Amino acid sequence: MLNNPQLNQHGELQHLLTIEGLSAEIIRHILKTADSFVPITEREVKKVPLLRGKAIFNLFFEPSTRTRTTFEIAAKRLSADVVNLSISSSSQSKGETVLDTVDNLAAMQADMFIVRHSQSGAAHFIARHVAPHIHVINAGDGRHAHPTQGLLDMYTIRHYKRDFHELRVAIVGDVMHSRVARSQIHALTTLGVPEVRVIAPKTLLPKQVEHMGVHVYHDMEKGLKDVDVVIMLRLQNERMKGALLPSAQEYFKYYGLTPEKLAFAKPDAIVMHPGPMNRGVEIDSSVADGGQSVILPQVTFGIAVRMAVMSMLAGH
Amino acid sequence: MTNTTQLPDAEQLLQQLVQQILPHVTAQTALVGIHSGGAWLAQRLHAALDLKIPLGTLDISFYRDDFSKIGLHPQVRPSDIPFDVADHDIVLVDDVLHTGRTVRAAMNELFDYGRPSSIRLAVLVDRGGRELPICPDFIGARLALQPDQNLQLNQGADGKLDLSLFTAD
Repeated sequence: MLNNPQLNQHGELQHLLTIEGLSAEIIRHILKTADSFVPITEREVKKVPLLRGKAIFNLFFEPSTRTRTTFEIAAKRLSADVVNLSISSSSQSKGETVLDTVDNLAAMQADMFIVRHSQSGAAHFIARHVAPHIHVINAGDGRHAHPTQGLLDMYTIRHYKRDFHELRVAIVGDVMHSRVARSQIHALTTLGVPEVRVIAPKTLLPKQVEHMGVHVYHDMEKGLKDVDVVIMLRLQNERMKGALLPSAQEYFKYYGLTPEKLAFAKPDAIVMHPGPMNRGVEIDSSVADGGQSVILPQVTFGIAVRMAVMSMLAGH
Repeated sequence: MTNTTQLPDAEQLLQQLVQQILPHVTAQTALVGIHSGGAWLAQRLHAALDLKIPLGTLDISFYRDDFSKIGLHPQVRPSDIPFDVADHDIVLVDDVLHTGRTVRAAMNELFDYGRPSSIRLAVLVDRGGRELPICPDFIGARLALQPDQNLQLNQGADGKLDLSLFTAD
């Protein structure tokens, strides 16, 4: 077995860096643990004392609102002390600066780092560097991985669809630049989803994406036919400036999720989106706000899933 | 090693608990069982006492005092308190009372749901060995056990309860 830097010698999660290489058993265990955190938010006191006295640092080298906020809420509902750091990284001194930052925070008795960085591998880099009692969660690194997003998406699918072994799931849009898509694909295939599809123009698909175990479509009508779950990806505006796409209008015409295109999917298909949404670019407002959309429940489940991951790591 | 020779019958102890609790039941009485054994026991008590307020269950994993030593329990179940804790007289139910740490955790969790009028404690067996100032109000039986002995409640497929005793080798 390959050395998996996120597992300790007992095979337990020490860090959460990527879904790739995690067993279905560990993923299911995280989802099951998250079940127990969901009802806490409905109580008079919306927190548990599990991580009381622990210091968790949100280390964001790349801007984020939703992910940082949900990590912060999750940590606070576990009674941890949370410190948010938004660090704009200078491209010259990245490596050194990151480790210096981490060393300084470790000297302030940090117990856990939540790391978001534009460079793929940043969270791995930090995880290799820190003392054994410190845990690292990857909150998105470059194009590589966004494991808690992938896990909360699995939680959402499991909530509405139950059995992964009978599902057809389509991931639509900019797979090439999406760490979310990579984490979703690894999670879906590990959990035994028999048919994972990606739908995108060729310019937005990584080369040899089939090797990740997905079926490739370039056409929404064919790609969405009879799927149970439609996952829309955010189309980042900067992609429009390069040669990858002609215009947002044209993209919407072919790949934007409208009620007409959603009708190709199963009638009870759910629509997901990791946010933030570009209405009128990858998704029509009537779909985003429609009866099949579970985009806001995704955010709510994300808190429970992040609570589960944090408490499992902190206990190992 | 299993030793069941001197153990009392769990079903008889259950009936004794019902008789003890019955005179105290009011319209405000609610039962809360602690996972797993306490929840099975509470289910049986709830039916026998014919209580109107639905049964609550607690999984105290998030309130344990040994989390930093042993981590999160591998099988956490959601707690479920389907009534307003405030202004109710709660009977907390567990199978075996030992150190009292589980009851401490359960009371802390209950207060995060609201402020109960009162909490009383019902246990099938009090095995002694308390490490906290916690005292049961309703007791099926008192057993003096050695620290290395582990008393466990089991639930059969028919819902019947029985006790078994393990000794650490």
